[in-house]
Amino acid sequence: MKKFINTADTYLTDALTGFAAAHPQLSVNLESGVVTRARGPVSGKVGLVSGGGSGHEPLHTGFVGEGMLDAACPGEIFTSPVPDQVTEALRAVDSGEGTVLIVKNYTGDVMNFELAAELAGEEDLRVESVLVNDDVAVEDSTFTAGRRGTGATVLVEKIAGAAAARGDSLGAVADVGRRVNAASRSFAVALTACTTPSAGRPGFDLPEDEIEVGVGIHGEPGRRREKLRSASEIVSDMVDAILDDRPLERGSQVVVCVNGLGGTPLSELYLVYGEVAALLEERGIAIARNLVGDYVTSLDMAGCSITLCEAEEEFLALWDAPVDTPGLRWGL
Amino acid sequence: MDIELARAWVRGIAEAVERDRERLGELDAAIGDGDHGENMHRGFAAAVEAVDKLTAETVGQVLTKTGTTLVSRVGGASGPLYGSAFRAAGKALAAESAEPEDVGAALSAALEEVRRLGGAQAGDKTMVDAFAPAVEAFESTDTAASGEGAADAAEEGLRATEPMQARKGRASYLGERSIGHLDPGAASTALIFRALAEAEQG
Repeated sequence: MKKFINTADTYLTDALTGFAAAHPQLSVNLESGVVTRARGPVSGKVGLVSGGGSGHEPLHTGFVGEGMLDAACPGEIFTSPVPDQVTEALRAVDSGEGTVLIVKNYTGDVMNFELAAELAGEEDLRVESVLVNDDVAVEDSTFTAGRRGTGATVLVEKIAGAAAARGDSLGAVADVGRRVNAASRSFAVALTACTTPSAGRPGFDLPEDEIEVGVGIHGEPGRRREKLRSASEIVSDMVDAILDDRPLERGSQVVVCVNGLGGTPLSELYLVYGEVAALLEERGIAIARNLVGDYVTSLDMAGCSITLCEAEEEFLALWDAPVDTPGLRWGL
Repeated sequence: MDIELARAWVRGIAEAVERDRERLGELDAAIGDGDHGENMHRGFAAAVEAVDKLTAETVGQVLTKTGTTLVSRVGGASGPLYGSAFRAAGKALAAESAEPEDVGAALSAALEEVRRLGGAQAGDKTMVDAFAPAVEAFESTDTAASGEGAADAAEEGLRATEPMQARKGRASYLGERSIGHLDPGAASTALIFRALAEAEQG
């Protein structure tokens, strides 16, 4: 393992300390494990809180700020936050209008957020949850814990965040978040495994000429292993997997996110985006907005995910609304 | 079971988890994300500290304290599952000492809570596959050393998870590729019951 690291035990605290130093407009409480906007809750605005294991940066801490999240709860690496963190975040952001929790669909995340929502309910805090489960690599059947939440999380956080910022009610913010999730599908491929600081070695062995197809974002192996092929062939299969699951008609418009998993250069991500754009053009699908870069990562895993979200006009207006966070910033 | 035995059990679990931290991590790396050993270690180290500080009047208080500490410190699926299990067991033992049948009923309540929260059935390749046979074995013996049979049954349940395909939790995403690996949750459950047997034997 070669990392910029002091000790595995202090990795997360050290990283959050640096994050706090870099972003004085945010308040990072290492004791409670909650990152909030330094100015506190915005009066009259519905709160937006998300969280999950660390190691996916900029998700979620990097999306705290104007037009997006009010708070994020980073858990240990790849481990969901504990209920105390989430409850603390709910208290910190409450302006009396209620709070929407954005939860990626993993057993641990769902349980911890549910326990937190129960506790918050006892304190008369109004909470609505939006579950993100966009990953088509996982067959939605009784044989799995349901679909994973991956790349679409950024879209849900951005669009629901803009809805909250424009003054939508608790129910309306949750509703738009759920609609974005329902309209989104993702698929990821890994070229390498990733190394958690505590394990000190890659989570699985992947030979030089092979790829993991249908990976999640926690360094676990994918659905299957294949031989490495040309980018255009790999991307074509990824887009097929997404469109087989949720077909899009000619004339429909989408938001496309080509997301790096942490260890892939931007030039490769642009190359992938070019392939996606060509494939969509062939099918008569218009790209209304795009995002290319590292947004939902898996430590140092090389690979990428592709997310397609069928875009309603309302989504696009909310997408374009100003956002000012460490990870996304425009329209200011 | 008296208060001291409950404390010794929690200490024993913490020692076993620390000893097997790496093995639990390796089992989890094969079909999950590799953090099970670290998470369990963090939780039980904190639980021992909390229980040592606790002035307990009932057996249940020791187990409840263990449970709330696990929920607050572990995260992931293990935190809520083990935390709620210990809390459910603690709730059922509101006396200075408990007869084996009371402990059996408490363990049974813990198992029910795990099933309710996680929604896993026998054969899903989860901690339930070690927990359920352990509780059954514990309740079918009525001696003060029921832990021995329970630990044996939990270890047998753990071994039986190897050929299963995971249907719950993060390993379920691997589909058939989860076959041929022991379930890390069942492995930590086996440690917990072995620690109970050893605490009973003093």
